[in-house]
Parts: sequence; C-alpha cells; structure tokens
Amino acid sequence: MAKPVEIVDQKAAVQPKKTRKFRRFKNQGQLMWMSLPVLIYVMLFSYYPIWGWTMAFQNYKPAKSFAQQEWVGLKQFKFLFTDDGFLRVLRNTIGMSAINMVLGFVTAIIFAILLNEVKNKLFKRSIQTISYLPHFLSWIIVTGIVASSLSVDGGIINEVLLKLGIIHEPILWLSEPKYFWGIVGASHVWKEVGWNAIIYLAAITSIDPSLYEAAEIDGANRYHKMWYITLPGIKSIVIILLIMNLGWILEAGFEVQYLLGNGVVVDWSETIDIFVLKYGLKQGNYSLATAAGIFKTVVSITLIYAANTAAKRFGEERLI
Amino acid sequence: MRKRTVQLEPAVFGTINAIIMILLAVVTLYPFLNTLAVSFNAGLDTIRGGIYIWPRIWTLQNYKAVFITGTVFNAFYISIARTILATVLSLFLTTMLAYTVSRKEYAFRKPITVMIVMTMYFNAGLIPYYFLIKDLHLLNNFLVYIVPGLVSAFNMIVIRTYIGTLSESLIESAKVDGAGDFRIFMQVILPLCQPVLATVALFVAVGQWNSWFDTFLFTSSKQELSTLQYELMKLLSSAMNSNSNPALQNGADPNAAKAMVTPLSIRAAITIVASVPILVVYPFLQKYFVVGMQLGSVKE
Repeated sequence: MAKPVEIVDQKAAVQPKKTRKFRRFKNQGQLMWMSLPVLIYVMLFSYYPIWGWTMAFQNYKPAKSFAQQEWVGLKQFKFLFTDDGFLRVLRNTIGMSAINMVLGFVTAIIFAILLNEVKNKLFKRSIQTISYLPHFLSWIIVTGIVASSLSVDGGIINEVLLKLGIIHEPILWLSEPKYFWGIVGASHVWKEVGWNAIIYLAAITSIDPSLYEAAEIDGANRYHKMWYITLPGIKSIVIILLIMNLGWILEAGFEVQYLLGNGVVVDWSETIDIFVLKYGLKQGNYSLATAAGIFKTVVSITLIYAANTAAKRFGEERLI
Repeated sequence: MRKRTVQLEPAVFGTINAIIMILLAVVTLYPFLNTLAVSFNAGLDTIRGGIYIWPRIWTLQNYKAVFITGTVFNAFYISIARTILATVLSLFLTTMLAYTVSRKEYAFRKPITVMIVMTMYFNAGLIPYYFLIKDLHLLNNFLVYIVPGLVSAFNMIVIRTYIGTLSESLIESAKVDGAGDFRIFMQVILPLCQPVLATVALFVAVGQWNSWFDTFLFTSSKQELSTLQYELMKLLSSAMNSNSNPALQNGADPNAAKAMVTPLSIRAAITIVASVPILVVYPFLQKYFVVGMQLGSVKE
C-alpha cells in the first residue's frame, strides 16, 4: 500500500514545479527569440560542416552522391603520415609556430616593461600608439612591406647592412630557405609586438605601487624592481597566455607563408593550411585535405583541453 | 662614489630606454613613410632608387592611375560596402546574443555560451567549409563577405563581460515598468554599451577591411566582387614573381605605361589607400580597445 501513495506524493510535488518551469520558459520567450538567429547561424556555419569530415574516410568524388561514395577507412590518414610532403609541412608548422610564440612572448614582455619605465606621459602614449599601427594593417600590406624592405635593389635592410659593413653584397633574403622561418617570425614581431604588449602593460599597471616603494626603501635598484616585482607581478597572465597559445601550436598561420613563400623556399615555407589548400582546392584531392584538416583540429582540441587542465592546476582562471 | 652612481643611473637608463623606444618607433613607421613617399613620387624616378621618406619628384599620377581604372575603384567600393554592412549587422546580432547569455535567469544561458565559445577552439576545416559555402550558393556572391563571419565568439565574450559590469538595477527597473527583453536590449543595453561597441566595431571593421582570403577562395572568378586587399595581393604576387625591372612589365594596366607609372608606385598608392581609413580611425579608439582587450582576456 505504501507504494502508490509515494507515487501520488511525487506527482503532487512535481506538478507545481512543472508549471513554474513552464512559466519561466514563457517569460523567457523574448530571450529565446533573440538568441535563435545566432544559434541557427552557429549551427550552420560552425557545427554542420563537421559532417564533411566523412570525406576523410572516403575516396570522395564530388560527382557522386553520399550513398555512392567509396569508403576507405583510415587509408587517407595512413597516407598522410607516411607522406614526406605532409611530414615536411608538419615540421614547418610546428617550427614556425614555436618561433613565433617564443619571439612573440619575449618581445612583448620586454617592450611592455621598457615602455612602463618611460616617465614622460606624452612620449609613452605616442610610442604606444605607434606600436599598435602595424596590427591594423593586413598581412597583404605587411608582406608587401617586408618584401620591399628585403629586396636586393634598394631594400632598406640590405642598404643598412651594407652601410654598416656587416655584409658586402646584398642578400636575397626571400630566396634562402634558411632565413624563411626567421623572416616570418620577425614579421610577426613587427606586426604584433605593440598589440601583444597591451595585456602585459595592463597587468603591470595593476601591480600595487607600495611594493615598489617598499623595495626602494630596502635599497632595490631599477633592475631589482623589474626582476623581483614587475616580472612576478605579470607571471600569472604570462602563464595563462603561454598555455593558451600552446593549444594553437598547429596554427602557424597561412597568410604570411602563402604571401611570402615562393618556389625556391617551398620546402620550408608551406604549413598544414597551405597543404590543405593545395591538395584540396587546387588538386581536388578533397579526402586527403580533409584528413589533414581533421588531424589539425583534433590535435588543437587535445592541446587546448590539456592546457585548460594545466591552467587549473596552476591555480589560474579557467580558459573556457 | 656610490651616491653618484645612484644619481646618474636613472638618467642613463632613461636615455638608453628612450633611444630604444625611438628606434622601435622608427622601425615601425619607416616602411609606412617610405611607401607614402613612393606613392607620391614619379614612378620612373622611383626605380632609380634613393627614395626614403620624402618624394623627389612630386606627383599625384599614381593615385590618378589607381582610381582611373575601374577595377580598383570598384574594389574600393566593394571593400567599403562589405565593411559597413558586416560591422553593423555583426554588432547588432553579437550584442543581442551577448545580452541573452548575460541574463542569469535565462534557461539556455550555459549551453549557448558553451556552444559559442567552443567555436573559438575548433573548426571543421577548409574543405568542408568550402563545400558548405558552395551548397549555400554563396560562391561568387557578395553575401559571402557578410554572412559567414557575422558572429565571433571572442567579440561576444567581450560584450557579455561588459554587460555584466552594468548595473543590474537598470534592467530590473525597466522590467518593472513592463519592458520586454527586446525593448530593454534596444533602449537600455545598446546605448549603454557604446564604449565596448566602439571596440568591437573596430575589430570587426578592421577584419573585414583587411580580409582577402574569402575573396581569393570564393569570389576570385568574379572581378566585380574583388576587394581592395585582393587587388593589392594580385599586384604583390606579380611583383614578387618577377625580379625583372618593374618598369618593363606593365601587366597590371595598359594605361599605366602612358601615365608613366610603374607597378611599384601603383602598389604603394593602393597600399596607402587601403591603410589610411584604418590609420585615421584607430588612434581615437585607443582607450576603448585597450579596455576591450582586457575584457576579452578575463573570459568567464
């Protein structure tokens, strides 16, 4: 006899809760309508294309319907990891990414610390405004500037180096594979150093000034203060950004390499993105290109997940 | 002795630091000033070399040549159209979504946030995306510039964080007065969000104005839809692929030879045309985007 009573009791308890929930939804009707367009949009443009990953497990032919496609399992992935071409672009991607990351971090932090030491407000502000400028230029413009600065006839880099006597004849910078990664790294620094420093400058300004005063009384000089107060003060933001950026290790970019690369340096300039573009859209090998894309996404997600976990362990804020 | 070093040291450091900063500014500005000088210098004279930051033979010929050809003028127009349309639409939709997920009582707040933020960390890849664009009949369609990039997770987070800093009592009192969420959004939130909207507008507009990859991928076979950046890219790649004397190859435009302009000077002129609109605007938005970057890095 006890059982039915219990059920009735449960129902009675659920009933008002249900109506409350219903009323809650009703009141939120407008909120739902407002978020609906963007939801549909995100589903369509970000989530729906994942269906296309099926191509990587097929021998995809655009003329055939989905049912007619030939399924090949992991063949495309096996080919990818035994293909010298792919391993080369993988090496280039990781190499350039690592260079960009290290250079990007070090230069931005140094720039932020040095700029923070500038006492004249107007001078500081002007320098900062100038330093943002290249961030707003497109890679088309930046690579154009890089190419003309490095050119053999009248390029400013060669002219300066010649005048200083460091080199005796102009160097064909963009035709030497050994310089390519460095040029890409330097271009990134030129474009983004000021922009990347924004976050660090903000972190430095939020350091408690009394720390510096106390250190001064204790006889600390400028370098002591930078080393023992400023750097530890921005440590947490540096760690967060560093971890977050590790997740982007396969995102070496596409634009710079595509725009600055040429036939002579192709073995050192091509990244995974260019590989995908070349095999997929230019040669029509959609399956292989999709497989390369999947590899990139899966590695990125894994790294970001790991980075998130690591960030939590460091006691920093979550990234997601 | 010790006292003296203590007094001298800040001055020495300050001077060296100032010199480093000035050098940095020069390195940043020089290429731009050089391009500006080349764009105002007579094309054939530039080839002789020695143009640094001041034109030797002043001329407006390069700019005339740029705008006399319909292609660049049309590309300029397309670039402006896509930038304005996409910025307005994107701001409206992104802010509207940011408002809904900022409402603590909203039932779908969490799932929607997760769904949007996830898009920051993965994408389906180029090939599936290309097929989607193709299936939506967006190839060689002006809408391909506007529609796919409308909502960015990063911008949404920046705006949502900002809305979170607004006083809740404003929204509550509007609710008590009987305003629905849409009305609150339009009449309370949008006006209050101006500072953050200025930041996001700058991000979106710069992204749109500088974009060339979508033109390259999706509309490159339709000249009427070409953008300024894409025209610049074509000039750049033709200049990089030939190391010959740039005056001899006038592939870009038959009028160019008559007007005594070279691809080099045309490129400089287009570079200036393509960068000046942004460079005029960004210094005034500086205080906004610095705050915007900080809001974005806070995330949750």
